[in-house]
Amino acid sequence: MSNIVFSVIARDLKLAMRRQADIVSALFFFIIVVSLFPLGIGPELDLLRQLAPGVLWVAALLATMLSLPRLFADDHRDGTLEQLALSPHPLGLVVTGKVIAHWLVSGLPLALIAPVLGIQFDLSGEALLVLTGAILLGTPALSGIGAIGAALTLGLRGGGVLLSLLVLPLYIPVLIFGAGAVDATVSGLGGEGHLSLLAAMTIAAIGFAPWASAAALKIALE
Amino acid sequence: MNDRFNLYRFSSPATFYPLAGKMIPWFIAAGTLFGLAGLYIGMLVAPTDFQQGEGYRIIFVHVPTSWMSMFIYLVMAFWAAIGLAFNTRLSGMMAQALAPTGALMAFLSLWTGALWGKPMWGTWWVWDARLTSELILLFLYIGYMALVVAIDDARRADKAGGILLLVGVVNIPIIYFSVKWWNTLHQGSSVNLTKSSMAEIMLWGMLLMALAFWMYSIAVALARVRTIILERECHTDWVRAELTGGKA
Amino acid sequence: MLEADNLECVRGERRLFSGLGFTLDAGELIYLQGRNGAGKTSLLRMLIGLLPPETGEIRWHGKPIRKQADEYHAALCYLGHLNAIKEELTPLENLLAAARLAGEALSEDNAIDALEQVGLAGREDLACKYLSQGQKRRVALARLVIDRRPLWILDEPFVALDVAAVDWLAGIISGHLQRGGMAVMTTHQPVAIPAGTVRELRIG
Repeated sequence: MSNIVFSVIARDLKLAMRRQADIVSALFFFIIVVSLFPLGIGPELDLLRQLAPGVLWVAALLATMLSLPRLFADDHRDGTLEQLALSPHPLGLVVTGKVIAHWLVSGLPLALIAPVLGIQFDLSGEALLVLTGAILLGTPALSGIGAIGAALTLGLRGGGVLLSLLVLPLYIPVLIFGAGAVDATVSGLGGEGHLSLLAAMTIAAIGFAPWASAAALKIALE
Repeated sequence: MNDRFNLYRFSSPATFYPLAGKMIPWFIAAGTLFGLAGLYIGMLVAPTDFQQGEGYRIIFVHVPTSWMSMFIYLVMAFWAAIGLAFNTRLSGMMAQALAPTGALMAFLSLWTGALWGKPMWGTWWVWDARLTSELILLFLYIGYMALVVAIDDARRADKAGGILLLVGVVNIPIIYFSVKWWNTLHQGSSVNLTKSSMAEIMLWGMLLMALAFWMYSIAVALARVRTIILERECHTDWVRAELTGGKA
Repeated sequence: MLEADNLECVRGERRLFSGLGFTLDAGELIYLQGRNGAGKTSLLRMLIGLLPPETGEIRWHGKPIRKQADEYHAALCYLGHLNAIKEELTPLENLLAAARLAGEALSEDNAIDALEQVGLAGREDLACKYLSQGQKRRVALARLVIDRRPLWILDEPFVALDVAAVDWLAGIISGHLQRGGMAVMTTHQPVAIPAGTVRELRIG
């Protein structure tokens, strides 16, 4: 059973490696958006430190949105999605593999670059650590929930904008607890509670979202 | 009328269309009666609040619309579940017919909340947990309507919209909880909408208004579902007969 | 044995066909014919289980396919009008990935053999985006060379092939039928399949 998950992950990672430009542009989008905020707000470090968690998280949500439309669209266009749906395994497992692969190429790089951007906002070492941990824990949920939106909007005109409309409201809890974890650390309250809630959301999203996405994909393939 | 709740019989649009037509006037009448009674109690009978003056009377619209906005989303999710489980055609149409009314209720709730907030809190908008959740609910309504409109094939639109509604209904408690929690973290003891002791007469006014909005929503949704049925079934004989019969 | 019983297909507001039924036994091939828009592709999508029929039922060895989706898909090879190959991968990688996702064991040597058979010797390691349309189609067809699943469902397999390739593909399909396989396919150009029982089914 888990073989199919690993096969899909291996395939999607290989494809992503042949198209590294996509990963890099989403990453630079994240960096640019985050860097724009100090220019719009001003260079006062106190203010920036306060805004950093929210700014970084909103930028992470937007950067994730950027890569979502192609999650299923490429496979749909060349016919491989049909073949995936015809594989002798539940489609939910196939989607689980695709969600994990999506996180590895979109969420993970964001988490790795986030501490560097956090330094621009003068975050303390501890806050940087929590920020990285929060993005690591929260972004899989973004990939999972996003997959539902990507499956629902597969093949529709204006799919990308529609996808944001559907998915961003559902991202709000992740945003609140993700940014909250860093906030709580900065204010000395400790972010462990937030991090465990984020982990819970990610587990729930990875567990349930692929099956909802699979149902949506079957509708799109009819 | 015993079999009004017989799902299978009335899941046929051809049966439901005339029935809905017969029901609409009754709901309009009931809605008007409840509305007049509720407004009478709310505007004339209920005493002036000694803290908030006359401005508080907007709750007679604000609270019922908030209730309706949440309740309609639940009803839509219910229809979505029925539609996905039993593959009934009418369920998706019902969900789609309810969506604009639900969005309108959410919008009215926000609008009246802002109108109330200005005299009470001195600002049009506060990031209160309920207001924020209501705003997110409006986003969910808009997302649903945008998705359904974007899909040309009516069946696919029903099913995809249904999945979105179910995902939304699972998420609403999580969203509400997180927003509430976020609110208390950021504002300490935040603005509280609940009042210490609500006079019984105010409660009656609010209940009557809620019933009025309820009847209105049903009437409007039925009218809308009739239009959707005509649109979707325009190639069938009974719709052709209905339309030409109406004109002749 | 594949059985279709009283199938009805409605797309949008149009009924494409109804009351359609057939049985397909080992060693048999069904040629699906009909004008454009008659519902040939829709029928194939019903047969592979992606499009639920309006009414009627499809059974595989006596059991409805929607109740045994995974088992049925393990017995089914589908070739659509899309090639289902990834442009970024090489023909060899495409074949291996497709076999792995389909749960089939395929060694690299066998895959290279298959690619040689479809005339892609020496191009195994070139990304598919550098291949011509015809060559990409051959990568897709190479799956048939190695596929030993009993039921083949092929949508216009002869399109965009030259005469020699058409003969070669007819031979591959014959071999499949001789091994006791079954096939359903649509085609515009009638191609003689040397072996097996060939029947025609006209819809619309």
